[in-house]
Amino acid sequence: MSAHDTDPGAHPVAHDHGTRRSYLIGFLIAAVLTAVPFWLVMSGVLAPTTTAVVVTLLAVLQIVVHTIYFLHVNTRSEGGWTLVALVFTAIMVLIVIFGSLWIMFHLHGNMMPMAPPPVEAGGV
Amino acid sequence: MTKAPGKSTRIGRKPRASQGAVAAAPASPTFYLVEQEEDAHGHGSAHASPTPLGFWIYLMTDALIFATLFATYGVLATAHAGGPTQLELFDLPLVALNTAFLLISSITFGMAMLDMYEGKKRGTMGWLVVTALLGMAFVGVELYEFGHLIHEGATPQRSAFLSAFFTLVGTHGLHVTFGILWIGVMMVQVAQRGLIEANRRRLMCLAMFWHLLDVVWIGVFTFVYLLGALQ
Repeated sequence: MSAHDTDPGAHPVAHDHGTRRSYLIGFLIAAVLTAVPFWLVMSGVLAPTTTAVVVTLLAVLQIVVHTIYFLHVNTRSEGGWTLVALVFTAIMVLIVIFGSLWIMFHLHGNMMPMAPPPVEAGGV
Repeated sequence: MTKAPGKSTRIGRKPRASQGAVAAAPASPTFYLVEQEEDAHGHGSAHASPTPLGFWIYLMTDALIFATLFATYGVLATAHAGGPTQLELFDLPLVALNTAFLLISSITFGMAMLDMYEGKKRGTMGWLVVTALLGMAFVGVELYEFGHLIHEGATPQRSAFLSAFFTLVGTHGLHVTFGILWIGVMMVQVAQRGLIEANRRRLMCLAMFWHLLDVVWIGVFTFVYLLGALQ
């Protein structure tokens, strides 16, 4: 609560909107993190499963890069509340996406139209 | 109840805060102290306003909308109903082009913001024009892609996969479209009133909006297009 009250010397605005240098660094990293997955998929140098894992990891990495270099989220901006909101949202996003996939995968598996009717199993 | 004495002593110590402290809940006096501190710097900067944080929280709810659409797409991605699949439909070079448009538009908007912070009105306007043009190129290519898919019979009605696809990608495209409209509105505002504090605050929110759309697009091109083309 009082962390940024007792820190009047550090002007919170000065660090938050980046510089030409930081934008360029972020852009170059993001460009590489975009180009590599496109190249991996379009050239097919790796096995599909490996490609999928690598591409997913690169996407997560690129989201982090954008968040830091373009959205300027850090522990200081707005007294840390943007970061708190972001972490909360990230948890919710992961629960929504992976929770849905998990539930629907099992629902799909249990409700296959050709499956035998579960008379004995679900009778009682 | 227990907070009441604390509140009264704060008002006693800082009479300037009394208006705000009465309106706010007693649990949040820190907020007003921060605002006062920034007033003491002289002119209030755009950060003295609670708007950027409020807008950030709106963006987080927007991210949740996209999370539900991603989840829907993830569940229905294999529900082709005998119709065309991702592999038959997606044109990766076109998606790469679109991704480049949006990524470059992120850095041009960054340049607009840097010029804004330096008080360069012409530079800000110029970079906003470039950003809007890149955004229009993105939406144009996306509409071309949608038109091509619909022409091939891959309409949203064809299968659950295509319904989810058009909903997810279309919602993102609609966001970009409104971002372009917002850029146009801000260019009129800056042209008329200059880089006043209110316009700087609005441009900050618009920048966050634009950059978040780029973050969402990372998810789209990775999980929809690239992983779809692998199957």
